[in-house]
Amino acid sequence: MTDIREGIFEGKRVERHHGWPRFEVDRDGWIRAAEALAHGRLALAGLWGEKAAIHMAVLAEEGGSAAVLTLACPDLTFPSVGRVHPPAIRLERAAHDLFGLVPEDAPDLRPWLDHGRWGVRFPLGAREPAPASGVPYTFLPVEGESLHQIPVGPVHAGIIEPGHFRFTANGETVVRLEARLGYVHKGIEGLMQGATLARAAELAGRVSGDSTVAYAFAFARAAEAALGIEAPPRAVFLRALMAELERLANHLGDIGAICNDAAFALMLAHCAVLREQVLRTAEASFGHRMMRDRIVPGGVACDLEPAGAAAVASLVKEIRARLPALIELYDNTASLQDRTVGTGMLKPELAREFGAGGYIGRASGRSFDARRDLTYAPYDRLAFEVPVMQEGDVNARVWVRIREVEQSLSLIDQILELMPQGPLRVQTRTPGTPVEAAAMVEGFRGDVLVWLRIGADGLVERCHPRDPSWFQWPLLESVIEGNIVADFPLCNKSFNCSYSGHDL
Amino acid sequence: MRKLLFEALLKPILTETRPTADDAAVAQLADAVARTARKRLGRSLSIREVDAGSSNDSELEIHALNNAFYDVERFGIHFVASPRHADVLLVTGPVTKNMRQALERTFAATPSPKWVVAVGDEALDGGCFAGSYAVAGGVADVVPVDLRIPGNPPSPTALLKGLLALLDQADAR
Repeated sequence: MTDIREGIFEGKRVERHHGWPRFEVDRDGWIRAAEALAHGRLALAGLWGEKAAIHMAVLAEEGGSAAVLTLACPDLTFPSVGRVHPPAIRLERAAHDLFGLVPEDAPDLRPWLDHGRWGVRFPLGAREPAPASGVPYTFLPVEGESLHQIPVGPVHAGIIEPGHFRFTANGETVVRLEARLGYVHKGIEGLMQGATLARAAELAGRVSGDSTVAYAFAFARAAEAALGIEAPPRAVFLRALMAELERLANHLGDIGAICNDAAFALMLAHCAVLREQVLRTAEASFGHRMMRDRIVPGGVACDLEPAGAAAVASLVKEIRARLPALIELYDNTASLQDRTVGTGMLKPELAREFGAGGYIGRASGRSFDARRDLTYAPYDRLAFEVPVMQEGDVNARVWVRIREVEQSLSLIDQILELMPQGPLRVQTRTPGTPVEAAAMVEGFRGDVLVWLRIGADGLVERCHPRDPSWFQWPLLESVIEGNIVADFPLCNKSFNCSYSGHDL
Repeated sequence: MRKLLFEALLKPILTETRPTADDAAVAQLADAVARTARKRLGRSLSIREVDAGSSNDSELEIHALNNAFYDVERFGIHFVASPRHADVLLVTGPVTKNMRQALERTFAATPSPKWVVAVGDEALDGGCFAGSYAVAGGVADVVPVDLRIPGNPPSPTALLKGLLALLDQADAR
């Protein structure tokens, strides 16, 4: 693996940071890294604050290496990355809201997570008392003839999470969408500070309920890397089994839901049955429909009995038997294809610029999958393909998910085949000195990053879980442009970004 | 498509039998439903779901109520798009401070008689998010709650039991 710094920035490597290297850089190094992001030599994987420092995670697009950069900001300012690389803008706004860190020359400094309701400003930084009466939000100006605005949310018409969408339309055609998020901000990063590992792991599993396995997996891997311990082989395989079941459940449910948003309810009815069968199998095998709190730092909290393994095997068989007819149904229904083909195009350049993960990036030509590119056990021992398409429309996102369902079925076969016997868990330990680590796990929606620092006493000093949605939400605004208002639910569902994971 | 539809005619029905209404929920509801009028409700409940800060797990299980195994509409329970059409607000939470006003407004927009059902452990008292600077508390800290369905998240069966208790009690009056 080549040094990610080479020819881009200089920085001092921090000892006691595991998983990936972390480098302390000066302002010059920070600016150089921002420029490398702008030129596409690096991809942004996260940006988060601390009391007097700012961190960013970067990936080398080719070569599968990653690093964390840290700039000390004693005066609470840092050179804005968003100034040259737009994907950083919302992350910088969030770092400002939580810590009071000011990105210099930032293109947009409107509050993001802070709606003026907390009764405190900079809750993780200076904690200044503030009124809780709410502050009005200024949407970006839109100019032109015959335009009208449609405000939607935060409470939506369906059973979905809250957020506000401000559409500007010319007749039926959307000329601009601007989202306002932050409604479900629960202050999870604040709750994690000073928490025990067990409590922080529980919170990590509640960042985004649909990805509870992925988050618990990423948190556990970060904690283990920081502490220098390894989960036993059987636990590692059980984790991957749960992760693939979670991917199956979400993909199956969403393929049906996307078709339902194109008024094709038959597909939803069939896919929802398959999804329910996955959840029931999870309950029978792991004791919880969503497998929450089953992955813990040090291993897993429950074993898979032979009956559970048999249930999983017969689930795979059942889905394999039923899937081809559904794929055919999707592919051969002209009225459905009419809605999904060519709708909600995401340009490959934008997917690459934003480092869009998951099926959103892969349907627009960005071939990244943390299971392959930043590989972790047991995926280094499993054979799978990462489906990639170039078209970037709703149809491509559906197809990528269909192909990923097939890959997950094959992975589950291999996992059951290779599953070793043995212990499920090792004890975590108190490190004695502060230790840190970063870990990335491929959830169904994309790459979930967890950065963690554990104090000498074994309590969490700082943890930042970064949802893939951070780099997907802004792209939805681009995708809907030029489409009709009625296609928004279809585009939105084909993205299915997490509100809770983003708002934290 | 014809083949799939035809096969569906021959296959056994997936929909499961009605679970019995949850006893604890029936007891909780005895008070709340004293205010009801069966005449007004008929045999149906219209539900408006409000996510007041949940981590989206409860939403997934509420969605599952509509799948072929639970088929909630056979009981006259259905989800509506506007609080103006709703008898019941099904609220998941904790209630975040950023969602508090939206929840209050949704409650105000729902015509009486109305019931509020708090769904999930976090909706009861904030659960593992209690004490955060960004969390106002459980649903009952913001709007009056008639029924609590605990769970992490509650399974569709648990949700169904609670809702059936609500329907039965409303019926009994």
